Amino acid sequence: MLNPDLKLNQKIFEEDVEEKAIRDGFGEALVELGKENPNVVVLTGDLSESTRVEEFANKFPERFFEVGVAEQNMVAIAAGLAISGKIPFAASYAVFSPGKNLETIRTTIAYNQANVKIAGHHTGILTGADGATHQATEDIAIMRALPGITIFSPCDAFEAKKATLESAKINGPVYLRFSREKTPIITTNETPFNANVHTFWVTKNPKAVIFATGYLLYYALLAAKALEEAGVEVSVANVSTIKPADEDTVIKLAEDAKAVVTVEDHQITGGLGGLVAEILAKKHPTPIEFVGLKDTFAESGKPKELITKYRLDEKAIYDAVKKVILRS
Amino acid sequence: MVFELNAEKLKDLELKANEARKLVIEMLLEAGSGHSAGSLGMADIFTAFYFHILKHDPKEPDWSDRDRLILSNGHVCPIRYAVMAMSGYFPIEELKTLRKTDSRLQGHPHRTSLPGLETTSGPLGEGISQAIGVALAAKLDKKNYRTYVIASDGEQDEGNTWEAVMFAGKNKLSNLTLVIDRNNIQIDGFTENVMPLESLKAKYEAFNWNVLEVNGNNITGFVDAIRSVEKLMEKPTVIIAHTIPGMGVSFMENKFAWHGKAPNAEEAKLALKQLRTLQGRINNA
Repeated sequence: MLNPDLKLNQKIFEEDVEEKAIRDGFGEALVELGKENPNVVVLTGDLSESTRVEEFANKFPERFFEVGVAEQNMVAIAAGLAISGKIPFAASYAVFSPGKNLETIRTTIAYNQANVKIAGHHTGILTGADGATHQATEDIAIMRALPGITIFSPCDAFEAKKATLESAKINGPVYLRFSREKTPIITTNETPFNANVHTFWVTKNPKAVIFATGYLLYYALLAAKALEEAGVEVSVANVSTIKPADEDTVIKLAEDAKAVVTVEDHQITGGLGGLVAEILAKKHPTPIEFVGLKDTFAESGKPKELITKYRLDEKAIYDAVKKVILRS
Repeated sequence: MVFELNAEKLKDLELKANEARKLVIEMLLEAGSGHSAGSLGMADIFTAFYFHILKHDPKEPDWSDRDRLILSNGHVCPIRYAVMAMSGYFPIEELKTLRKTDSRLQGHPHRTSLPGLETTSGPLGEGISQAIGVALAAKLDKKNYRTYVIASDGEQDEGNTWEAVMFAGKNKLSNLTLVIDRNNIQIDGFTENVMPLESLKAKYEAFNWNVLEVNGNNITGFVDAIRSVEKLMEKPTVIIAHTIPGMGVSFMENKFAWHGKAPNAEEAKLALKQLRTLQGRINNA
């Protein structure tokens, strides 16, 4: 059942569950931050509408910087602002930032420990029709490899807003991972957001634990419900903070369930799958099945069709659970 | 405000620049690697900055009203370290730790390792962008400090450089001054062979910058150029400073082979002898 302590959206399993784009939560949080803190500034590279920074730009024009299609310049200017006491949010598509400008981020933000928040939009194959050039599916892997960076990968618009607000409180680099399409609302305003892994679907005797990040958490919950109806108990945990990882909770949940499935709209290599495998291999080896992109680029298409074709949906998660239980 | 130089001060700065060159040779010999030519070529400009131009306090490196000097082409950091040590940021003896394990003097400068460094740099093309961020923050905070950024001519090859140049021109960042070390060499050869840059002046003018050209080994001319832009309100300024790479050491001057090379013991001995005797050049610069 849904964890009652987390005050989740009780309508999550209804047909008409409310949907909202994760990126919208980012835009709302920026406006709040702009009102609260005069040091918050925002930069974008010719993508103010689709990265949802437009409202901030309209309300605080003197603290908004349009850099044009120049992602290296955007993040290095942000670094200069940060070392001068500002809290810059630099927003673009994740394929460009942290894709195109990786070394600039590495030198001027990560190694430099500059207080910059990098907002990577249009992540995952959920981006859909624009095709693989615009679907960031390796951004977690890239950013995980940089020392000293916090990574948030929110599951819905509420979490995106909380993650953005939280990032401004952290004195150091943060990467925020957002997606484009509307996706189901899983949490509520009251759901706690912190660096811990929270179990969204709880059960007494789990036969497996599903770790999910981003909007695919919804599909993991659908799979858990279907499995329960088929007599298989599983728990589902939301990994919205990728780094620093909540290793203790990951290990504890794996100990309880003895089998693990990871779920992400990202390459398994270096992503949540890689992360969980590293943690468990080190401290509590456990059988794992991975739901995610298996070393492949995707293509243009309707998001839901792509999610099915690339085996990220509730059916794929259901099958992965069945498979991993046999190994435990 | 930067003051005019009198003859006495000029003489003092020239002697200091020569002293800094000697320190560079000693550091690079001790380190066994590093960039000789650009470091020697920029000795006059760094000396002018630290001992005459910059509003700064070596005892309070984070002083919020200090002028910012950002080094984009981090590989010439030996000269910056030498002049910083001479200014009192850290003991001269520490220069011997350059490029060694546990040192604050990283092979390319790391901001959080050493107080007084404004940025982390080395990978080329990123300094002007960071300087823009610092200059924008000054405007937002209504601070009067100036932001200076030194870049190499070789890094004009980088796309990021021109992203930054475009932005600064558009935003009329008059509190930003860029100094380009126009020494005509880069790792693979002469800049005009590797990737022609001329006309640099026309390029910057086209991006709405104020452009000055000076002899970067003539301290008086450089200080005058810096002074001339203090009241300019409409544009960022670039000072194209023509320098002689390897300046002061005859066998290094204008040789691109010395871009990324340190002297061996014999070469260092000869170099130090030339610098001790002033080799004629500094007084003619």
